Amino acid sequence: MNQQETGAGEIKISARDVQVHYGDNHALVDVSVDISDKMVTAFIGPSGCGKSTFLRCLNRMNDTIDGCRVEGDIRLDGEDIYAPEVDPVHLRARVGMVFQKPNPFPKSIYDNVAYGPRIHGLAKNRSELDEIVEKSLRRGAIWDEVKDRLDAPGTSLSGGQQQRLCIARAIATSPEVLLMDEPCSALDPIATAQIEELIDELRRQFCVIMVTHSMQQAARVSQRTAFFHLGQLVEYGETGQIFTNPSDPRTESYITGRIG
Amino acid sequence: MKDSPASAPRVNWKDPQLAATLRARHARERRLKILGLLSLGAAFAMLFILLASLAASGYKAFVQTHVTMDFVISARNVNPENPEKGKYRKVIAESLQAVFPEVGRKEMRQLRKILSNGAQYMVRDAVVADPSLIGGVLRLTVPVSDPYDQLNKGEIDRTTPESNRRLSDREIAWFDRLKEAGMISTPFNKALFLNADSRFPELAGLKGALWGSFYALLVCFLLSFPLGIGAAIWLEEFAPKNRFTDIIEVNINNLAAVPSVVFGLLALAVFLGWFNLPRSAAFVGGMTLALMTLPTIIIATRAALKAVPPSIREAALGLGASRQQVVFGHVLPLAMPGILTGTIIGLAQALGETAPLLLIGMNAFITSAPESAFEPATALPTQIFIWADSPERGFAARTSAAILVLLGFLITMNLAAVILRRKFERKW
Repeated sequence: MNQQETGAGEIKISARDVQVHYGDNHALVDVSVDISDKMVTAFIGPSGCGKSTFLRCLNRMNDTIDGCRVEGDIRLDGEDIYAPEVDPVHLRARVGMVFQKPNPFPKSIYDNVAYGPRIHGLAKNRSELDEIVEKSLRRGAIWDEVKDRLDAPGTSLSGGQQQRLCIARAIATSPEVLLMDEPCSALDPIATAQIEELIDELRRQFCVIMVTHSMQQAARVSQRTAFFHLGQLVEYGETGQIFTNPSDPRTESYITGRIG
Repeated sequence: MKDSPASAPRVNWKDPQLAATLRARHARERRLKILGLLSLGAAFAMLFILLASLAASGYKAFVQTHVTMDFVISARNVNPENPEKGKYRKVIAESLQAVFPEVGRKEMRQLRKILSNGAQYMVRDAVVADPSLIGGVLRLTVPVSDPYDQLNKGEIDRTTPESNRRLSDREIAWFDRLKEAGMISTPFNKALFLNADSRFPELAGLKGALWGSFYALLVCFLLSFPLGIGAAIWLEEFAPKNRFTDIIEVNINNLAAVPSVVFGLLALAVFLGWFNLPRSAAFVGGMTLALMTLPTIIIATRAALKAVPPSIREAALGLGASRQQVVFGHVLPLAMPGILTGTIIGLAQALGETAPLLLIGMNAFITSAPESAFEPATALPTQIFIWADSPERGFAARTSAAILVLLGFLITMNLAAVILRRKFERKW
């Protein structure tokens, strides 16, 4: 579809035969997928299908869960992110994440955005940090709303503003990939529309991967869609094709509302 | 009648049977409310009775009967070269003789007992501080001895027959003469806070106990606060879930329930027995109290850490914060109000703890306040224990007064917990 942008279509993340176990539970079975850069890829599927689990494999957030085992091969720009020499702390600066519930720190708006650059030492002095914060808030489409009250607590904002603040916070470490785990499910329709607009804007610079429960949202925002069911990747392809002409009967029944 | 939902009969809410169940439900709720109020009232009544009885018996210890007299410091009794070694008993006797010229030598022994035994030392200290007094007259206010203090406070009934009374008619007459002469006053009892313990009730004070408790609590805090928080952080944030950590967890909960006297025995055996640390020292007392406070702090800290929403941890981890940065940058500050409350409540418990201190000898009779945590000392609760055990009447009121002082500190600490909690919760 929108392949005219630079870099679009280049493979950013490639996963082969990924298995995830939570204790005895085999949560993800043989997932292989290539995710393109400068595009929005949507993961859809019924609850418990493994889409969030797979998303959390991509920045190794699953490492923090007791009893979770990840096998297989996941490469970011051809580099194995589960290799022993890869530091998950560094990886998470390159692969940012936005969560389902807006979760700003109980600190000022400025400190929320400045946190990532501070811990990774991305700014040499205060003016550089100011610059990063402003740029991130602008790219998070929230600068105009908060520029006069950067000292106000992040938690004083509305839900939609908080989520955009969280996106700005994730952008601030200049990641290459942005993972979004149902970023709009806690928001009202107007805030959702703002976030969707923002995501469409963000794909010019980032590889965006979002998990969503809303098929309409996947259809509106994404260029590629992956359908997960019972821990397996059932179908992956162009969003338009998945929604109009799915090749797998399970995809069709989910899209038409017969399962899920 | 068919079972299909469409044809289900509508409930008649006016049915008297249904109305009766509704009434019964409301009645049950009312009864529960009344019971709650009653139990609350009972708790408050108990508290009121406790405080009222303490105040009724303790308030008298907050004032002390004094007599203001002119002491004649003659060079015959006090050598200007060495004022410290003067014959101050004689100074007192001669000064009293001046007030009661008719009293003979034999009765003088008895008359002298009007003044506290400490009076001679007070006169001595005044003279040593200002040797120019020698040869002149010193007007000084000194405490009267305990029986006369009791008489002045109305504790000795003048209508009891003389043989059953602690003061004879003559002694009462002497005191009344002093009173008529306007020499008796009952000012606030500063000695209660400025003196250490004494054999004489009118001289006994809480200074030693206050310092002892302060040093013990300081040591207890310095040991248990960092250790407790460290242990809680490791258990909550870093420890793997396995048998070993399960055992640790169960044992910490068990430790919190161990009677304090057991900790006292442990301290006696280990701190005093093996390590030969000084007996009766506030340092050892603090270490013993820390043993008891640790589990409390660990449990409170773990609960506070657990209460921090996981979304905050995820947010920080997702930005590439290390585990340690997540804990110290986000989780710990958010858990701080809970940790502080738990710590202060643990320390308040430690402040009131008696049994372990008895076992390591902090109930010794010590007449000077400790100047460091390594000197023998008593603590507030053990001082109360000592005074409650003393036969002199004056100690009864002082025991109640000491309990009131202890309660005052406890209330202050709990208030501090509430205030700190509020303050940290508002901070961003």
